[in-house]
Amino acid sequence: MSRHIKELTKGLFRENPTFIIMLGMCPTLAVTTQLVNALGMGAGVLFVLLFSNIFISLLKNIIPNSVRIPCYVVVIASFVTVVEMVFHAFLPSVYEALGVYLPLIVVNCIILGRAEAFASKNSVLDSALDAIGMGLGFTMSLSLISVIREVIGAGTITFIPIGDWDGVVHIPFMESSPVRVMTLAAGALLLMGYLKAFFQWVTERNAAKAKALENPVQEAKTEEVTE
Amino acid sequence: MSYIGIIVTYVFISNFILVQFMGLCPFIGVSKNSESAIGMGLAVTFVTGVASVVCWCVYEGLLVPLNLQYLKTIAFILVIAALVQLVEMVLKKMSPALYKALGIFLPLITTNCAVLGIALINVDESFNLLESFTSGVSAGLGFTMAIVLMSNIRERLELKPVRRLFKGVPIAFISAGLMALAFMAFDKTLLYNLGLV
Repeated sequence: MSRHIKELTKGLFRENPTFIIMLGMCPTLAVTTQLVNALGMGAGVLFVLLFSNIFISLLKNIIPNSVRIPCYVVVIASFVTVVEMVFHAFLPSVYEALGVYLPLIVVNCIILGRAEAFASKNSVLDSALDAIGMGLGFTMSLSLISVIREVIGAGTITFIPIGDWDGVVHIPFMESSPVRVMTLAAGALLLMGYLKAFFQWVTERNAAKAKALENPVQEAKTEEVTE
Repeated sequence: MSYIGIIVTYVFISNFILVQFMGLCPFIGVSKNSESAIGMGLAVTFVTGVASVVCWCVYEGLLVPLNLQYLKTIAFILVIAALVQLVEMVLKKMSPALYKALGIFLPLITTNCAVLGIALINVDESFNLLESFTSGVSAGLGFTMAIVLMSNIRERLELKPVRRLFKGVPIAFISAGLMALAFMAFDKTLLYNLGLV
């Protein structure tokens, strides 16, 4: 049981696809101007990742090794087409906002990467859990980037509109004098640089902590020597 | 839109890397030295040019008459995957020198958003055959320009004192952000001022 939970949670933090493995950068930066777009993209990727992982895991013994990549691509492209049609029918505003980046989920490295590195070697259940974890990790990272960009760049947070509520939260002070560059391409790249440095710092600190826990005696000794 | 307008648009105004973020993975991955950056840029330009033409033919010649436009994503990615394989084989046979220069980059291009991106954009903009080819080649040239500039910046950064946490990828992103800031000078008004719309 704990192994299953591990498969599920590794995508959230330890192997987060955006900040740690750095895959699928292109939609990450392009659609994160508003939270609602990030959530739409995240949902699309989660759906495609889940079903492609399940199907590839089911078909792993049938697909010949030499043509596996084209086979994976066809499976992925079929589910992307499904997502495209569903968004077009039920969420036309998100479909418009995502534009060309929605069909580009096909070439998102996360999906092909998980198919090749995980689903083609593991059981259906593990592959599904891996997909959910990775998809949620991707959605979380996108939401984080888009909230930062939208709050600083436009002074609002846009959720999905429900009923009478248009889904927009207005932030006082920020809305009257936003830093517009954050919603533009340059702001996205700058923010990504700073976030990557931050996550590098977090990873290093955690690694140092784990090391200190593993062999505290040795650590103490080296400290004495340096003193 | 005139042909010069298309070139200016895809090289500068909606530069694939700095404005549309397509092909960021090779942009960060392959821009460590300028030789491989030029190789990657040329390989991408070659493939985007050929892929635009072939995808246009597939779309107009096969999908539109059969009323299967909704299959364009699947059709294009298959065409591109096959095309990249074919280009690799032809180059190996016809021009070993070029193959040696571009060879290692070609397999990576199948999953480069830029190639599928330009094929889909050509359909959205309903370009004709020659316009598609022009937009494909200019998108590739814009990619080449950005990746070559970036590799030069990164070669210099190697010699500069950079804070430990920012070394490598973070500083590359920040440099790209500053480049994008400079590229904001090119926008749609440029096209109007030059009378190209």
